[in-house]
Amino acid sequence: MLVMWAAFDWTNFGQQTINGLTIGALIALIALGYTMVYGIVELINFAHGDLFMLGCFLALSLVSVFGLNEAGVLATMPWWRILGPVLLCFLVIPLFCAGLNLAVDRVVYKPLRNAPKLAPLVSAIGVSFIFMNIGLFWGGAQDVNFPDLVAAAWPEKSADGERIQTGIVRNLLADSDTGLRFTVKDAMVIGVTVPLMLALSLFVSFTKTGKAMRATAQNPVAAQLMGINVDWVIGVTFLIGGAMAGFGSVMYALTLNTVGYQMGFQNGLYAFTAAVLGGIGNIYGAVLGGIVIGLVRSLGSEYVGETWTSALVFAVLIVILVFRPSGLLGSRTPEKV
Amino acid sequence: MSAPLLSIRGLRAGYGPIDVLHDMDLTVHSGEIVAMIGANGAGKSTTLMAISGVVRPRAGEVRFDGHDLRALPAHQIVCLGLAHSPEGRKIFPRLTVLENLQMGAFSRTNPQEIAADLESAFTMFPILRERMHQAGGLLSGGQQQMLAIARALMIRPKLLLLDEPSLGLAPQIVSQIFNVIRDLNQKGVSVLLVEQNARMALKIAHRGYVLETGRITLADKAETLLHDPRVRAAYLGE
Repeated sequence: MLVMWAAFDWTNFGQQTINGLTIGALIALIALGYTMVYGIVELINFAHGDLFMLGCFLALSLVSVFGLNEAGVLATMPWWRILGPVLLCFLVIPLFCAGLNLAVDRVVYKPLRNAPKLAPLVSAIGVSFIFMNIGLFWGGAQDVNFPDLVAAAWPEKSADGERIQTGIVRNLLADSDTGLRFTVKDAMVIGVTVPLMLALSLFVSFTKTGKAMRATAQNPVAAQLMGINVDWVIGVTFLIGGAMAGFGSVMYALTLNTVGYQMGFQNGLYAFTAAVLGGIGNIYGAVLGGIVIGLVRSLGSEYVGETWTSALVFAVLIVILVFRPSGLLGSRTPEKV
Repeated sequence: MSAPLLSIRGLRAGYGPIDVLHDMDLTVHSGEIVAMIGANGAGKSTTLMAISGVVRPRAGEVRFDGHDLRALPAHQIVCLGLAHSPEGRKIFPRLTVLENLQMGAFSRTNPQEIAADLESAFTMFPILRERMHQAGGLLSGGQQQMLAIARALMIRPKLLLLDEPSLGLAPQIVSQIFNVIRDLNQKGVSVLLVEQNARMALKIAHRGYVLETGRITLADKAETLLHDPRVRAAYLGE
């Protein structure tokens, strides 16, 4: 036993944990869109993952406009010429996804607001297919390489600190003796996701609009009777959910450097699972669920096997739902009638 | 007599293919408590929903304080000073008591006035001050009803629509709630009260309406209705 303990590679475990947290943060950003929309209109917006995918494609088109997509161009480009387009992506893509999400609500879901729940649900699947085909038309059937801008702007230095190693992203822990890699990409994901989530949490807790969102989620009719314009609240929810997916798109593309028309389906499924696992409708639950799934994916593929990752994620989901049917943080405050 | 605060003429409303209300006429004058009594399913709640715009009227006229309510969405009707405390209370269970009250003031903008009304709500219902930071869903039934009324008052209404405020409450709490309604009315709030507890409703009301299967069948002074043999037989259990 002692031998096994000693032989356990803690560095590797720590590394997988870092990777899991990074992936988890990305999943959580997408999961927020599922959970917020569900919380307000009780609709599982199946098109949300594909919205995220379109955001990735727009990011690719945008960096192509700046010529960052051409072979060999990155090696000689100074970091500040890369930073500009990246920041532009962080501005444009969330706006695009927010606007598109709102448009889908107004055109597709809003006319069905008083229809049976199945009607908007099936429509959401339809929108998902439409988006997927737009993605197919936009980017082709093959996965496309997204230029590794972060590695180009912040490359790893060699041991003597003089030469740079092109194509390898800088490890911020290189000078420590932990043996861990925490790269500029990881820092970017954590550095964008955490403030976003804090901002969202403060918004929902303390602003008038945020409180109106919670009130509408809990009882839309009563919210109307308070003078809350429920349609407006729903619109804000789609905007915020879309913007979160947009931030996720940019970081996903910059971090994993591959985009394809089917990425929305798989990542959407993980994100939806995260939302359910955390307790659908609860924004903290979506974040927690995203992190749990990120960790399960990362640690699972290391210690159980790559091929088992998806099965493992859903096994964890099932186990958690058996013991907590409303999810980890699902609220079950009784309503006295 | 001056123009009524609320006047309904020929109102028809319902859900899906079914009309619940047929050709209804009803008025509430400024300063009145008007009670509407009737059996389950007679259309009492639907009447209130049609006034506050949650259910859209299909025909007829609904005017409040000079405005045509049929032209306005529900969230704008509230801004005219028409508050509706719905059946089953419908408080926000996972918002705190304070947040519930703040939602009542959603349509208002003057922070001093809101603070003053919050203070008077807490004076009226001291228990709500004690439990200000607790989730609304954790209150007892009676406390939730108090919260629902207090929340509606945060609109600073001219007219308060109250749907079954006594539903499921202990007799002692019911009389407490009815005292509050009477006090409010003395402070100038007009009330349209829907109640199953016909006796108590007619006792505090100035006028009353009896609603049967979507039609007004009797309309008179509350005092008169209390002694009407038909009302006594059908609604007062005598």
